[in-house]
Amino acid sequence: MEPALFFFWAFAAVTVVGAVGVVVMRQPIHSALFLLMSFLGVACLYVQASAELVAAVQVLVYAGGIMILFLYTIMLVNVRRQRTERYLHPQAIPALGFGFLFLVVVGGVVVNEARSLAAKVPAADPKALATTVVDGVTVLGNTQAVGWMLYRDYFLPFEIASVFLLVAMIGAVVLGKRTMERFD
Amino acid sequence: MSDTLLHYVLIPFVKGLVTVLLLALAAGVLTWIERRLLGRFQIRKGPNRVGPQGFFQWIADVVKLVFKEDVVPSRAEKALHLLGPLLLFVPAVVVLGLVPWGPEVTLFGVTTPLHAAADLNVGLLLILAVSTIGVYGIILSGWASNSKYPLLGGLRSAAQLISYEVPMGLAVVAAILMSNSLSMVEIIEAQRRAGVWFVFPGLVAFFLYFVSGVAETNRTPFDLPEAESELVGGFHTEYSGFRWAVFFMSEYGNMISISAVATTLFFGGWLRPFPNVAWLSFLDVVPAFFWFTGKVFLFLIAYIWFRATFPRYRFDQLMALGWKSLIPISLVNLALVAIAVLWGAAGLKVLGAILVLLVAAGLFAVWRRPARPRTSTTMASANVEVRA
Repeated sequence: MEPALFFFWAFAAVTVVGAVGVVVMRQPIHSALFLLMSFLGVACLYVQASAELVAAVQVLVYAGGIMILFLYTIMLVNVRRQRTERYLHPQAIPALGFGFLFLVVVGGVVVNEARSLAAKVPAADPKALATTVVDGVTVLGNTQAVGWMLYRDYFLPFEIASVFLLVAMIGAVVLGKRTMERFD
Repeated sequence: MSDTLLHYVLIPFVKGLVTVLLLALAAGVLTWIERRLLGRFQIRKGPNRVGPQGFFQWIADVVKLVFKEDVVPSRAEKALHLLGPLLLFVPAVVVLGLVPWGPEVTLFGVTTPLHAAADLNVGLLLILAVSTIGVYGIILSGWASNSKYPLLGGLRSAAQLISYEVPMGLAVVAAILMSNSLSMVEIIEAQRRAGVWFVFPGLVAFFLYFVSGVAETNRTPFDLPEAESELVGGFHTEYSGFRWAVFFMSEYGNMISISAVATTLFFGGWLRPFPNVAWLSFLDVVPAFFWFTGKVFLFLIAYIWFRATFPRYRFDQLMALGWKSLIPISLVNLALVAIAVLWGAAGLKVLGAILVLLVAAGLFAVWRRPARPRTSTTMASANVEVRA
């Protein structure tokens, strides 16, 4: 097998095993760890697709995000006392049905798209991906390319998103302060 | 041997092996240096029995730790308990592999850059990303031990590391602005082109980076996750034997990594001092690799010096320092550096000159300030304390 293909399947396996682990594990901490594993696998796949920036940001952002999840679980959920009764049990059969339906629909779309893409585009040249031409200026590396896109072409959506995040942050601080005052 | 095998399998393997071995060796020797130096700082001798000047003390320690019983608490999460130390150690090695130790060298007829991993165009970002993984090692081993003190230590360290990653990231952004690149080699080349190490225009950024780095490595004065007077041993209370040694090695490994990144970002990596001044070219007799390791070594000495000098922070002081001082300072610094970079090539030099003058003035003011005379009462109370 070609080395690149071998590594692709290895990373893909890591990603899928991680994703399954998130759902299957009964202990929230274990789920969080499998989520981390899955995200790391996705980051490796990004590196293989010559999107190093996206890979690094993926690890940086999501590793931090899962850390918060981790802390929530430790501090808010009493993980030592595991649930013995199976709650949400009546929903199991409809959930399986809808899950299967979802898998068929999404899987069909993905397979279809992949077939038409494979027919049209030759295998992408990683060097061509890493070099982007913006207005006749050759921009090297995908960091610069992402920068151009984010801060020029999609400037307004980017700014709106950052305002949203700021609002969410201030909201969290206000809510947190209110509970603190109650405790004082 | 085929070329592919040589360049894609053998050379990376050897480089990785050398990185791990060098890290382990450096950690061992550093413990000896640290204990001897702390002895000097505290006017005692330190370990001096095993070998010349006690140099083989660290080997004796390693042998002892390897043969010690490896105790796992009976109600611990076994698998995660085993995983914890590794999650802390591996990122330290990876970060060291992402830092260039020197320019291209030719060894045994093979020319290769002195760089364990390839020079990625997002190398610096990847270093930040990988070092966040290390937090998992601490919090996981704290949680998996199923014991009070490790859990508290793990939670403390999670809060501390998340807080101090922000000023560290902002300090790194200042260095990126000056060098206009995320690649570690390119950052060094930018310092050669600019003619100054970035420590001068980035004096504030360097200070922020190093302080945050001390916090990230859990060293004194920020060693609250393992504050022995409050938390026994912190997150590694329930570890013993070789697994405890892995924690120890990771601590030193992280110190080395932080120092190596600081050297690359602010002290010109493997460049000699003033790389553009022609009459200093006699300094090139020292190979680039030794310039790099020498600078890293100076940082490590600074770490030890910190430990001998500063008392530990209280936890609320630690948080206040991070959020209320370091982050605002780093934001203002970022704006200043951005203005200097926009100004052009002269901007960095002017900013550097202003900062160096300010620091010199500050040092002069401290030096000129008359020392407070010790009153007899304080002397007396000091004596009482000593006797008690």
